[in-house]
Amino acid sequence: MLTPEEIRELEADLAHYPQKQSGCVDALKIVQRRRGWISDDTLREVAVYLEMTPEELDGVATFYPVIFRRQVGRHIIRICDSVSCWIMGYEKVYSALNGTLGIRLGETTADGRFTLLPSACLGVCEHAPALMIDDDLIADWNPGNVDGILSRYP
Amino acid sequence: MERPLTSNIKPGQPAPDLAEYERSGGYEAVRKALRELTPAQLTGIVKDSNLRGRGGAGFPTGSKWSFVPMGETALRPKYLVANADEMEPGAFKDRVLLEGDPHQLIEGMILAAYAIQAEAAYIFLREEYKQAERTLRKAVAETYQAGYLGKNILGSSYRLELYVHVSAGRYICGEESGLLNALEGKRAIPRSRPPFPQTSGLWGKGTIVNNVETLCNVPHIVRNGAEWFRKLSLTGDGGTKLYGASGKVKRPGLWELPMGTPIREILEEHAGGMRDGVRFRALLPGGASTDFLTEEHLDVRMDFSSVEKAGSRLGTGTMIILDDKTCPVGMVHNLELFFARESCGWCTPCREGLPWTEKILREIEAGRGRTSDLDRLALHARLLGPGRTFCALAPGAMEPLQSALKYFREDFERHIREKRCPWS
Repeated sequence: MLTPEEIRELEADLAHYPQKQSGCVDALKIVQRRRGWISDDTLREVAVYLEMTPEELDGVATFYPVIFRRQVGRHIIRICDSVSCWIMGYEKVYSALNGTLGIRLGETTADGRFTLLPSACLGVCEHAPALMIDDDLIADWNPGNVDGILSRYP
Repeated sequence: MERPLTSNIKPGQPAPDLAEYERSGGYEAVRKALRELTPAQLTGIVKDSNLRGRGGAGFPTGSKWSFVPMGETALRPKYLVANADEMEPGAFKDRVLLEGDPHQLIEGMILAAYAIQAEAAYIFLREEYKQAERTLRKAVAETYQAGYLGKNILGSSYRLELYVHVSAGRYICGEESGLLNALEGKRAIPRSRPPFPQTSGLWGKGTIVNNVETLCNVPHIVRNGAEWFRKLSLTGDGGTKLYGASGKVKRPGLWELPMGTPIREILEEHAGGMRDGVRFRALLPGGASTDFLTEEHLDVRMDFSSVEKAGSRLGTGTMIILDDKTCPVGMVHNLELFFARESCGWCTPCREGLPWTEKILREIEAGRGRTSDLDRLALHARLLGPGRTFCALAPGAMEPLQSALKYFREDFERHIREKRCPWS
């Protein structure tokens, strides 16, 4: 069941669109923010609310990379692997995180703390190489102080 | 030199709030338009200014607006969308405008919306631009408070609602019609044209999609006139342009310069030339989906027609520099990996051809290439070129590949001959 808080936030957002279904990506994001990811059960609850079939909603959910249809860690690390970051040292960034966390792209640490994902160009090419941890941008990363940075995300 | 787009943007300082923006002449253009100009007159001024779309395609902005059905018989509501889905690898110009001067965009949107008599406007913002989102939401709230948005704007009969829509990723959302599907809550698959979005866009209604930098130019054009705007440029395309440089230059960054500034000036004077220990090899002038240019092109002017004559595209105007210590085959592989991953999968040549291209390049880079691979890559460059796919994604992906095969042939052959990457 969607919670009253979720429904309140969904209603405010859906007012921006002439059709309920137009807000479906927003709806998935709103629910995911509270639940971490979109399980099959969650998908069905949101679909009912939006008057869509779960299949229709899943077709949308699986298209967009920030909607997680599998369980992810508490914190998401997105490493930019597009061209400017690749030139400026993407490999070093990846190796530093892979070495410290012991996971590859698409994997989650055994303690459920971090998920490591590739990201398309983050749009900070003048500060390459770059990555994001949750909503925080880390740019011009050489990479130093790996443990210090990761410790901010318990 | 005048820098209208970036005059309010101070590095390291917060964006101007509404009061500061107004002190710099902000929203004067909206006052002027609503009191003195008909929508047709406003569109006419933008046409006269020779403003061309800054998202990459360079379509004349005023002409685009003029295709929207006007008058009593037009289907309503109509929509104006700011394309803030900057996902072209190497591009970061719109981010600087969004974070640095959000009211400039909002004012441009109100003017564009008024010109087409739109009732609602959306800023379609990419998900990763968190700071831009915070800045925009605050600015939009201020704008409503001041009466520049909502009902009866400045006492006129015009009303406009403006919403910030944050996307959920995927490069194809930046494609105009894919963006409309994304906004409608669908998979961001491009639409078949005609009908064009101007007549049948969001929810089947007349819709204009303009790039952020394009819209940011509009208030200045209205305030200072079309002739002033044309004269900012060194060539035929009006205005200034945001130029960027990334890669191993001394000072990667973004600069607002007259449209038509030569590549060499941007690279040497503004980006400070190459870092010590590396030499210039080539560049992508306008993002990942543009053809490589080399040393012989350094005096080419960065405007739409000059770059096209040199065999590439101005694109976003944000250059990516390849140096002699970076493997060109590896770079092209990285570009094709991006495009293969971002293909929406709707049409077969793109869905199948891009991963195939990426795999061939990966094999060559890993020292497992065959001589016949080069012919196969050239074949792909042709079969995924213009006119053979549903949208411009795959043709864009082929631009760096086809030019790499031309300029770096020897580097490809060396990988195959030596069965290794000479740079690793």
